[in-house]
Amino acid sequence: MTEQTHSAPTAHQLLEIRNIRQTFPRGDGNELLVLDDVSLTLRPGEIVGLLGRSGSGKSTLLRLIAGLAAPTSGAVRYLGTPVDGPAEGIAMVFQSFALFPWLTVYENVTLGLEALELPRDEIRRRSLAAIDLIGLDGFESAYPRELSGGMRQRVGFARALVVHPNILLMDEPFSALDVLTAETLRTDFLDLWSDGKMPIQGVVLVTHNIEEAVQMCDRILVFSTNPGRIVTSIDVTIPRPRNRQDASFAALVERIYVEMTAKPGRSAHRFERTLGAGIDTILSHVSSNLIAGLIETVAAAPFLGKADLPEIASELSLEIDELFPVSETLQMMRLADIEGGDLRLTQEGMTFADSAVDERKRLFARLLLQHVPLAAHIKRVLDERTTHSAPKSRFLDELEDHMSPQAAEETLRAIISWARYAEVFAYDDTTTSFSLENPT
Amino acid sequence: MAQNTTAWSTGSRGAPSRFDVIAILLVVGLLAFLGAASRGVMAPITTLDVSPVTLDPSALPHYAARTTLRMFAALGLSLLFTFTYATWAAKSRRAEKILVPILDILQSVPILGFISLTIVFFMSLAPGRVLGAEFAAVFVIFTSQAWNMAFSFYQSLRTVPKELTEATRSFRLSGWARFWRLDVPFAMPPLIWNMMMSMSGGWFFVVASEAFSVGSTTITLPGIGSYIALAIEQKNIAAVGYAIVAMFTVILLYDQLFFRPLVAWADRFRFEQEITAPPPSSWVFKVLTRSAFVDGWRRRLRRGWANTAAIVKAAPTPLRFETRAHSHRIDIVAVVAVAALVAISVWKTAAFLAPELSWADIGSTFAQGAVTMIRVFVLIALASILWVPIGVYVGLRPGVARVVQPIAQFMAAFPTNLLFPVAVMCIVTWKLNANVWLSPLMILGTQWYILFNVIAGASAIPGEMRAVASNLRVRGWLWWRRIALPAVFPYYVTGALTASGGSWNASIAAEVANWGEEHVEATGLGAYITDATTAGDFHRIVLGVVTMSLYVLLINRLLWRPLYYYAERKFRLA
Repeated sequence: MTEQTHSAPTAHQLLEIRNIRQTFPRGDGNELLVLDDVSLTLRPGEIVGLLGRSGSGKSTLLRLIAGLAAPTSGAVRYLGTPVDGPAEGIAMVFQSFALFPWLTVYENVTLGLEALELPRDEIRRRSLAAIDLIGLDGFESAYPRELSGGMRQRVGFARALVVHPNILLMDEPFSALDVLTAETLRTDFLDLWSDGKMPIQGVVLVTHNIEEAVQMCDRILVFSTNPGRIVTSIDVTIPRPRNRQDASFAALVERIYVEMTAKPGRSAHRFERTLGAGIDTILSHVSSNLIAGLIETVAAAPFLGKADLPEIASELSLEIDELFPVSETLQMMRLADIEGGDLRLTQEGMTFADSAVDERKRLFARLLLQHVPLAAHIKRVLDERTTHSAPKSRFLDELEDHMSPQAAEETLRAIISWARYAEVFAYDDTTTSFSLENPT
Repeated sequence: MAQNTTAWSTGSRGAPSRFDVIAILLVVGLLAFLGAASRGVMAPITTLDVSPVTLDPSALPHYAARTTLRMFAALGLSLLFTFTYATWAAKSRRAEKILVPILDILQSVPILGFISLTIVFFMSLAPGRVLGAEFAAVFVIFTSQAWNMAFSFYQSLRTVPKELTEATRSFRLSGWARFWRLDVPFAMPPLIWNMMMSMSGGWFFVVASEAFSVGSTTITLPGIGSYIALAIEQKNIAAVGYAIVAMFTVILLYDQLFFRPLVAWADRFRFEQEITAPPPSSWVFKVLTRSAFVDGWRRRLRRGWANTAAIVKAAPTPLRFETRAHSHRIDIVAVVAVAALVAISVWKTAAFLAPELSWADIGSTFAQGAVTMIRVFVLIALASILWVPIGVYVGLRPGVARVVQPIAQFMAAFPTNLLFPVAVMCIVTWKLNANVWLSPLMILGTQWYILFNVIAGASAIPGEMRAVASNLRVRGWLWWRRIALPAVFPYYVTGALTASGGSWNASIAAEVANWGEEHVEATGLGAYITDATTAGDFHRIVLGVVTMSLYVLLINRLLWRPLYYYAERKFRLA
């Protein structure tokens, strides 16, 4: 990198991403598509949020921007120059903080400046300034293990800011913190941002927290999963500082929930994960406790069978990463419907809520065999065989024709757990085989 | 790799305590006793009728079977020792204070020096003479296998989660039932790991244990080890080659037929509830678990086993371990007993050594120990310079690590005694300095521990930390200094201390080497012990072994242990 890249952006956009595709090689020689045709532009003075669940490739995208990996096709341009390796002027903050435990706070912060081979005085001046800015005064000689999570992430921020980056990349920086600490760090960061005290010109934030995205971003890009594509771009025009209690704030959160849970068909590729009809549907492993818990909560007061997704998320303190898979499982089993950001229990769902354990199991077994083709398929194979047993690999091979090995494993794990709950067939992990009989 | 057990991962820490001193004295006393006891039984052994070993390759399968049998017998004994000694140490706070230091010291005693002392003793115990020699050989292998297994088990028992112990208590399980239901399963995965390490380490001693000479007596038991010894004596390179092939086959067989299934089976005992890496698999285990015949026998065995628990439970005094309640009277008895043992040890040792040895002897022994010490440190330093960068390189690349790991594991099991002839030939041919060129043999077999551990350390660096380094564009020397070296440091210390201990032990074999009539010798404590053994001079053997134990112990306590704590405190990734 040369000196000119450090100058202020003029004619070029801060960051331009054009038609990025990212695939990873799979064991069977095929490729797993993680990002498909993703384009975005980051303008000076803008915070852009990448919102999606795990598996949407948003963290992969962040690493492509940072030059930590190269895209399979497409281009990342920073200030008009293609990114072909870790770029000077792009710094990153990590979910796990990623501090070096053997370095003090001060040494962790100076690491990037030492790599720039700046003079010692300069390193000292800039590090102390960053430590001061981020509120770490007095902690310079502490080791990371002595700090709380919040203080650790402050070190993460100071370490990123000290190299005076133009772009700050944040990979779910608050998700490893408790709710209160996360909120404090977010508002501190936004205050510094609004006051222009930080040397950064633009921010890309990866998150799976809808409220966080609305609170922090000027623009939110909603990602689909498997593969990751940008489904919608939402401009957030609510003036700062934003208040979560405002009607406009809540309305936007609601709107994003609706976007993210919209029925298939209306939008081309949003919902492959849930409502496919064949045995090739990718299932997420959702425990029967979570299913029962969600049904009970929605059936009880104050929801009485119909709940707003944002409300239920905050009521049960579930992240969308947890809430969406359960609600989609309910939808698939026809225990509930999702419409316009609301979750409404069906007749079966209400019956389930009112039943005792054995009745619930019977109902669940019926719905499982009726609405989950893979479960019905496995049951049929077991019925037909004289031994009433079949190895797991038989179904795994079948599934891998349609999905990645990880997805196939996850899908079978879901089926096994539901079938065990419903007592429709058994699975023995030692012999890795399905059977009709219950273990002795 | 990370499961390498060290004496002080739990338990006592810091400077040597009075229990260490007591333990040293007891072990020294035992050595003196064995030395004294064996002096009287020298005579009959000279008449021992030994079965001749031939270099005919067709005899090798039989030899290989005998050797394997010995190794497994020793492994069984080690397991028995582990289950009793380590359990006692873990369950009784009083016994722990003395048993753990004793184990630590036994680990530092150079087994090869020990052989001559124990062999004669064991042969005098056995009614049948070949059987006596077999006992001795098995015992030597046992001493190379047992200590780390016992430490691993002790450490596991100490870390059994309190809730689980309380659960077994509240269900009123007897001590016997608790041991088999909780303690053993919990300790199983690291114990199996250590059994594998022990088997690898045992090969080095097989060569020494099957063909040995004490004074004018030579005993040869049929086995791969004696085959190799004969091949070296007769300068038969082809036979050495056959032996290597046979050994490789045996290692492969017991790995596939015994350890892989065992590891696959023990996976169920892993305490972590979440599933991380893919579980280990073994085709043998698959076959066994799916066979109805085996299943039937398993059920029968399980029923029989369950009955034993019932018997023990029904017994009037269920097997119980000492309660934690303090009784001063028992304390006093214990102290008096230990004190008496220590006094006897000191007296025995003094009485044994004093008439024959002068202060000058002791001084020269220590001087030779210093020579060997310098050699070990230089070798560890050289091996570190070589293997740390390679280990980091390999550890950061999982694909490369998958290829390198099994090769390194085999190299570690490979008994380096087989390479000694090559060294002797080179030294004799080119008239090299034996003091320099015999030295590498000491570390050939032990350097792999450094490589293993560094690979493990480098592969444990979290992906996000490596991403930070690239994001901040930290490279070159700054990257090594700030990131790679600190990250692997705790692992490196574990590897280096294992390598150091092993090298001391190997010095007994490596400072003197033979190829036919060619004889090459370096100055050092190892050569001192070997020469004393050849001469059948038990006083000097005891002096040499005790001196070496002291060196190893002091280096461990004054260098490696503090370094280990420092590394654990400062560098361990949370």
